[in-house]
Amino acid sequence: MEFLRAVWQGIMTWLPHVQLAHFLIVSAVLFAFGLYAIVTRRNAILLLMGIELVLNAANINLVAFARYGSLNLDGQVAAIFVIILAASEAAVALAIVLNIYHRFQTINVDEVSSLKE
Amino acid sequence: MAMELFDIIFYVFAVVAVVSAGIVVFSRNVLYAAFSLVFTLFSVAAFYALLQADFLAVTQVLIYVGGILVLMLFGLMLTTNVVSVDIKSGSMHVWVALVIAAMVFGSLAGIFYSTWSQTPVVPLEATSTTSTIGSMLMTTYLLPFEVASVVLLVALIGAVMIARRHRKA
Repeated sequence: MEFLRAVWQGIMTWLPHVQLAHFLIVSAVLFAFGLYAIVTRRNAILLLMGIELVLNAANINLVAFARYGSLNLDGQVAAIFVIILAASEAAVALAIVLNIYHRFQTINVDEVSSLKE
Repeated sequence: MAMELFDIIFYVFAVVAVVSAGIVVFSRNVLYAAFSLVFTLFSVAAFYALLQADFLAVTQVLIYVGGILVLMLFGLMLTTNVVSVDIKSGSMHVWVALVIAAMVFGSLAGIFYSTWSQTPVVPLEATSTTSTIGSMLMTTYLLPFEVASVVLLVALIGAVMIARRHRKA
């Protein structure tokens, strides 16, 4: 009970003024959600959405450190490269998913397990 | 310290981001998941704007919401039978995934919490980013920039080739 009260007081003093740690916590939540989607989803496109969530979480961290830390604009340039790679990854992955669908009539990743017909 | 407008905007978008990401992850309807990803990506763009990264915020909206998400919706509608009742998408290893995700989040939050007293509180001076990023891409990051453009070209050609191969066979 004492512990809970201490945690609650810590939260209440910490909450109002947004700073670096707040952005990091939100990005950690997005990262955990993305990881969960990658592990659990059977639909390949929903799995890709999990990957996008993870990449976005990393990007938030880069930009937050660019604003608050000594990373400066280098962090934003790194985030731009992450967005570029995410775009090309999504294009290639969706082409592969379309191909898988034409061959197997499903895009559930646990049913697509044979390399050769 | 009292809440300022910055903090209120941050909390609004933080709640939107977390709730919509939760719908993306936990919803059994694939279309709900896809459409709530729009809100997640928009609130990430709002975070960029709050962090004074104006160029990145616009890029996020243009590329993610305008490009990647539309691509994914097309992929979803081409491969999943949306009109039928069988729109549900199952999930597997739920408990294992919950444990793994909770452990990763716990360790990340623990790291952030333990280093919290050392993190800088005062943000840097806000400057206009677009022109600086442009000149950095042409000087310091010239080689990665060129490599990224080649990667984009290769991905474009590769995606077209992979997507049309089955018609020849």
